[in-house]
Amino acid sequence: MKKEILEIENLSVEYKLEERTIKALENVDLRVYKGEALGIAGESGCGKSTLAYAILNSVPYPGKITSGKVVYDNTINILKLSDKEISKIKWKEIALVPQASQNILNPVLKIYDHFEETFKAHEPSIKRGDIKSKAKELLEMVRLDPKRVLNSYPHELSGGMRQRVIIALSLIFNPKVLILDEPTSALDVLTQYYFMRVLNSLKRKLNITIIFITHDMAVLAEIADRIAIMYAGKIVEVAPSEDIFLKPKHPYTEALIKAIPSVTGNLEGLKSIPGQPPDLASPPPGCRFAPRCPYADNKCQKVEPKLKKIDNEHMVACLRW
Amino acid sequence: MIMLKSFMDSLSLFIKVIKRSKLSMLGFIILLGYLVMATVGPEIIPYSEKSNPKEIFLPPSWEHPLGTDYAGRDVLQQIVHGSRPILLVATLTALISVMVAIAVGMVAGFKGGIVDAVLMVVVDIMLTIPGFPLLIVLATTLLKGSTNPFALAFILSITSWASLARAIRSQVLTLRERDFIEAAKLLDLGTFHIIIRELLPNMMAYVIINFMLSIINAIYNMVGLFIIGLLPFEAQNWGLMIQLGITHAGSLFSARTAYYLITPIVAIVLLQVGIVLFSRSIEEYFNPRLRGSRK
Amino acid sequence: MMNNSSILELKKVTFAYLKRVSILGKTKPVYVLDKINLNIHENEIIALVGESGCGKTTLGKIIAGLYRPWKGEILYQGKNVWKMSKQEFKEYRRHVQMIHQNPFESLNPSHTVFDIISFPLFRHKIVKNREEAEQKIRELLEIVGLSPPEIFMSKYPHELSGGQRQRVVIARTLSVEPKVLIADEPVSMLDVSLRLDLLNLMLNLQKEFGMAIIFITHDFGLARYFAKNGRTVVMYLGQIIEIGNTEDVILNPYHPYTKALLSVVPVPDPNYAKTRKVIELRSWDIPSIENPPTGCRFHPRCPYYIEGKCNKQEPELRKIDKNRLVACHIFS
Repeated sequence: MKKEILEIENLSVEYKLEERTIKALENVDLRVYKGEALGIAGESGCGKSTLAYAILNSVPYPGKITSGKVVYDNTINILKLSDKEISKIKWKEIALVPQASQNILNPVLKIYDHFEETFKAHEPSIKRGDIKSKAKELLEMVRLDPKRVLNSYPHELSGGMRQRVIIALSLIFNPKVLILDEPTSALDVLTQYYFMRVLNSLKRKLNITIIFITHDMAVLAEIADRIAIMYAGKIVEVAPSEDIFLKPKHPYTEALIKAIPSVTGNLEGLKSIPGQPPDLASPPPGCRFAPRCPYADNKCQKVEPKLKKIDNEHMVACLRW
Repeated sequence: MIMLKSFMDSLSLFIKVIKRSKLSMLGFIILLGYLVMATVGPEIIPYSEKSNPKEIFLPPSWEHPLGTDYAGRDVLQQIVHGSRPILLVATLTALISVMVAIAVGMVAGFKGGIVDAVLMVVVDIMLTIPGFPLLIVLATTLLKGSTNPFALAFILSITSWASLARAIRSQVLTLRERDFIEAAKLLDLGTFHIIIRELLPNMMAYVIINFMLSIINAIYNMVGLFIIGLLPFEAQNWGLMIQLGITHAGSLFSARTAYYLITPIVAIVLLQVGIVLFSRSIEEYFNPRLRGSRK
Repeated sequence: MMNNSSILELKKVTFAYLKRVSILGKTKPVYVLDKINLNIHENEIIALVGESGCGKTTLGKIIAGLYRPWKGEILYQGKNVWKMSKQEFKEYRRHVQMIHQNPFESLNPSHTVFDIISFPLFRHKIVKNREEAEQKIRELLEIVGLSPPEIFMSKYPHELSGGQRQRVVIARTLSVEPKVLIADEPVSMLDVSLRLDLLNLMLNLQKEFGMAIIFITHDFGLARYFAKNGRTVVMYLGQIIEIGNTEDVILNPYHPYTKALLSVVPVPDPNYAKTRKVIELRSWDIPSIENPPTGCRFHPRCPYYIEGKCNKQEPELRKIDKNRLVACHIFS
């Protein structure tokens, strides 16, 4: 029986701008199981990054969570915690690695200093020897040579190495959940592959839950057990990885996969999705994908489909099912 | 017709941007006030040279909102009438400085190489010569007692174009690496076109703000020359008031007469404050992304 | 169909940039391109593939005439580009155009779409007055799919989406009727679902107007799609290491680096990800371009490394098959 580690219910986030309000997330429901790698895929503006930040109640201004709850370990609603209580969860139970984080490393601090700073920020009484040995252990886990890396400055390391340092830093307090927002976007193909390999081995060794957010679906094929597809602020499909790629049910998922040319497989039948994503300040009535959907009919423009379970593990938000 | 429409569009955008920040709006109102004062003010408020010994150094009252000076004349009238010559010369100076600085700075920044090297040598020479002493020399030798505002503006601009040229060159050095400039090079649009029509429009905020600050700079320089007594006085102006205030009226020493000295100083400082506050709206107006339009 | 005449020839093109090594201003050259040899034929489509730092963008800019090679020559229609007369160079400039990667940076934010496209039209005297310009711009906007053109003409770049901006860039480039188009990662900043439309547009324009396209990318999938009927050039650390027909190179790579790359390219199929054979490299790290390895630059990582040969001798780009060139000692 799979245990839930995170349950997101009815989550909505709005960004209040000067002239209009953007509904970045609307009524999002999602379950994350312990020890799994969940991929969240979607294009720009679909709300996937907002979702990552919302889980830890860290949506940047002018964003605001307007409804819903995020239940951790079946016991705590993160959204109801005070700042002090949340600091016990952030980085300790749930670690969020934001986009382009390899550039967040302080250029004037050595890597060892980064470890020290992170340790001392949460556990001021820790001893130097403990820091060093934990740092060594973590760096080896991400296949970096501690002798070389601990004494280096960030600019002396390649992009891929910096990214692995960030992962090591995020694992300092043995979090149970690791949320990664576009961790491989700036990496080369080979570097990306090594990174995914390290991530996979971490998942096996530590039994850690990984939430991997990306716009590059192909990368998810390397790690994800389940994949959630987002479009225009909503989750439109959630299913095991194989089903998403080989038996997609939502028209958007289907179209998205058909828009990716790959080095294997057929080049026939590939095409873009016509049109553009809706303006989230005034989304269209009914299904948000209807204006671009090849299967849409009249009902689709009036009724908004809800995420419905159609199979053992397969959920779709589409009126066709 | 198209010109009128685009002018109206720019105007409405300008109004929208100003409304966004109360401080900026305050700055704009201050500047507008100065503009009105310098152009229309002297026509509205009468000027009389008559001295009135019975009314010297009166404190502010309804009749004399800023009091009277050492000869019994109304101070407010002097401020208003004094604004025109000083602002006229200062604006001319800023105009000349900015135009020369743009020409030199942009050509040097964009062309690079030997053109840049030569121009920067000239700029550096100008920057090494102490500004104010040079001004004194120029004022005594070239002006020869003339009160022509253009002559004065020319001299003042000689000492102020150089640092602006350097600043503009730095701006160009960053801008020229951007893709759309490279695209202009690829399309062979020509140096002149790239400088005037591709680079300059993207520097407008910078140029305009520096233009306004040059006005203040010119005013300070003029006041300096007035205090030394180097500039011949033709009409009322603030610098003159300050000079007279220090030398004749003894305003530096007496609290009762202090406002005669303070009012022109406040007039200058208030203008500077207005410019600084307003500059934020200028930046927002010229930056399409700050304007907050849709993606 | 490929015409056999070369419109551009690169012979031993070498390029470096100067890097500051001391506070006193001493610099040393960092060679980012080393002895590049490449022939580009008329109306040919070439995919230039490699990871970041391999020099592909720099090579593109050199082909476009933006940088001058330190050593070697570029021949356009047989003439040395950097020895041309002013008039000849002007023609070369016009005929070899480039599209940038970032659609948010390649258009001047102060100009409308009309201005942006009219500047080159007037500059190159393609139109004589405003009416002609409007007519021509209308045509160009229709061709790139920005319809109705009247609406787009008065828009500023920040009012357009990324995809729309790229189309404006393409329209602007088309206005000067180029013979060679260098597209530097033209879709990598666009959403996945919009990429193919733009690539198809470029392919259609290539067929209709006839021009060679050099498609620079790090994505093998896009290279395969775009250069399906053309060639693929693979670069590593400033050198070309493999050239061949796209389908051949992708389905049957020869150079160990190409093999390794293709074995780890992510594919949207989890079963493939589980069962593919990955070529293991001896080192995960990419050497710095400032200190390239001796001999074959790939030797520290190459699984087929031959001690004494690969680290001492630089392999030449040699013709192996009918249409394949590889720089590797295994094939010599």
